[in-house]
Amino acid sequence: MDGSRGPSRQIVIPGEVVGGRGLKPGIGTFSEGGRIFAAHLGVVSERDGSVDVIPLSGRYIPQRGDAVVGEVVDIGPSHWLVDINSPYPAPLHATESPWEVEFGDTGRHLNVGDVLLCHVLGVDEIKRVQLTMRDEEARRVQGGQLLVIAPSKVPRVIGREGSMITLIQDATHCKIYVGQNGRIWLDGRDEDIALAVRAIHLVEERAQATGLTETVKDFLSRARRGG
Amino acid sequence: MEDVEHIPVEMKLIDEKGIRLDGRRFDELRPIRIEAGVLGRADGSAYIEWGGNKVLAAVYGPREAHPRHLQDPARALVQCRYNMAPFSVSDRKRPGPDRRSVEISKIISEAFSAVVFKEQFPRTSVDIYIEVLQADAGTRCAGLTAASVALADAGVPMKDLVTSVASGKIGGVVALDLNKEEDNFGEADCPMAVVPRTGEVVLLQMDGHLTYQEFQKAMGLSLSATQKIYEMQRAALHRKYSVTLEQLLKEQAAAPPMPPEPGDEKDVDFDMDLDQGGAP
Repeated sequence: MDGSRGPSRQIVIPGEVVGGRGLKPGIGTFSEGGRIFAAHLGVVSERDGSVDVIPLSGRYIPQRGDAVVGEVVDIGPSHWLVDINSPYPAPLHATESPWEVEFGDTGRHLNVGDVLLCHVLGVDEIKRVQLTMRDEEARRVQGGQLLVIAPSKVPRVIGREGSMITLIQDATHCKIYVGQNGRIWLDGRDEDIALAVRAIHLVEERAQATGLTETVKDFLSRARRGG
Repeated sequence: MEDVEHIPVEMKLIDEKGIRLDGRRFDELRPIRIEAGVLGRADGSAYIEWGGNKVLAAVYGPREAHPRHLQDPARALVQCRYNMAPFSVSDRKRPGPDRRSVEISKIISEAFSAVVFKEQFPRTSVDIYIEVLQADAGTRCAGLTAASVALADAGVPMKDLVTSVASGKIGGVVALDLNKEEDNFGEADCPMAVVPRTGEVVLLQMDGHLTYQEFQKAMGLSLSATQKIYEMQRAALHRKYSVTLEQLLKEQAAAPPMPPEPGDEKDVDFDMDLDQGGAP
């Protein structure tokens, strides 16, 4: 946050008018009779002639390309079933893993209870999700801690172009990986992790306030000086 | 507890001046208080006190529908369970679903089916739990009104809130929002639920008899009352979400105590640019 402040936004509830003619209904809205209404509870955001309602609550719905932190819940002969904190089970096919997996030999690489960093490969129209680990970031995690926050607060924890998470990472010397599904994996020294967790909770709780980056900066420097 | 079974039948439910047993006029609601987000584990929740009614509503989902054969590949299920606590009435209510609560659960889930954008969440279910802690006539309306706030609190996309109220006929007069005595000894009770923005009726039942004219009048009373209740639902949601903002600026649960900074409190505002964050 660099002091630039958008117009102050109001909280809208489902069915409230958020715009009229000349505007396009965006995410979290629907139009009826030429007017635009909020579809869920959130704050209005208007940009480039379209109106969005940014949710303040709600479940994580997977979208293509999302970085997620998942937990293996079941193993098949050629896939793993991963819980990604969404209403939909997400299979990770053996061909989408970074390893050469023989049919029926999936348990050698990942087991039930393992946590992994991966991406959503695709979601079809009936919300069948597929995951992939075929990129550099993706891996099975060992050690560290897992933190769960509300998925609606994830954009705030990341910040614009990752500013918030970089700030926390630099101040705490932790490795932090934020999944769009609200799961955050942290690794580092125990006291650093504890501090990072508190900073993230601070962001989550004050997600809608202005001057958030300043507050977190302040909090981190005070905590550093204190400890 | 008042022994309503032994109120003399000749007692007038509404007197010559048009004043009811509890002092209301024919078109007055009982006092209503709604609070949103009262349960920590549920995705959304609400608590309502409506006259003598005390009702809790919790919403989970959208979540994977179980058992799996119930899943609909095209849309979400909206499931509801209306339950009365054994201690909610003066005679102990035998716990568990009965004919009445199964019926109420069904009609309430159908009422919400009409407003929830079910197509956005195929194969899932949105589960609504309504627990009546204390009953004083009109629990289905109170439960539905609370559940609607809980659904919004859970962030479930829908066309509008649903608002519900009953009206009926007592001592020959059509009146709004019957209480227990009026429900037991009145001539008719007609609960309804509407979508306030469009006036669409999503639930309509009647117990007893009303003539066409009486029904028209009852419906008119209910419709104008739903506007008032809708405002209370809105206010409850606004209160919850603005309180969290204001509170958090003052007290910081996650942070160590900090000296309050001057001008910190009035800075409750939103920043549009923070929503542009992508993956790191």
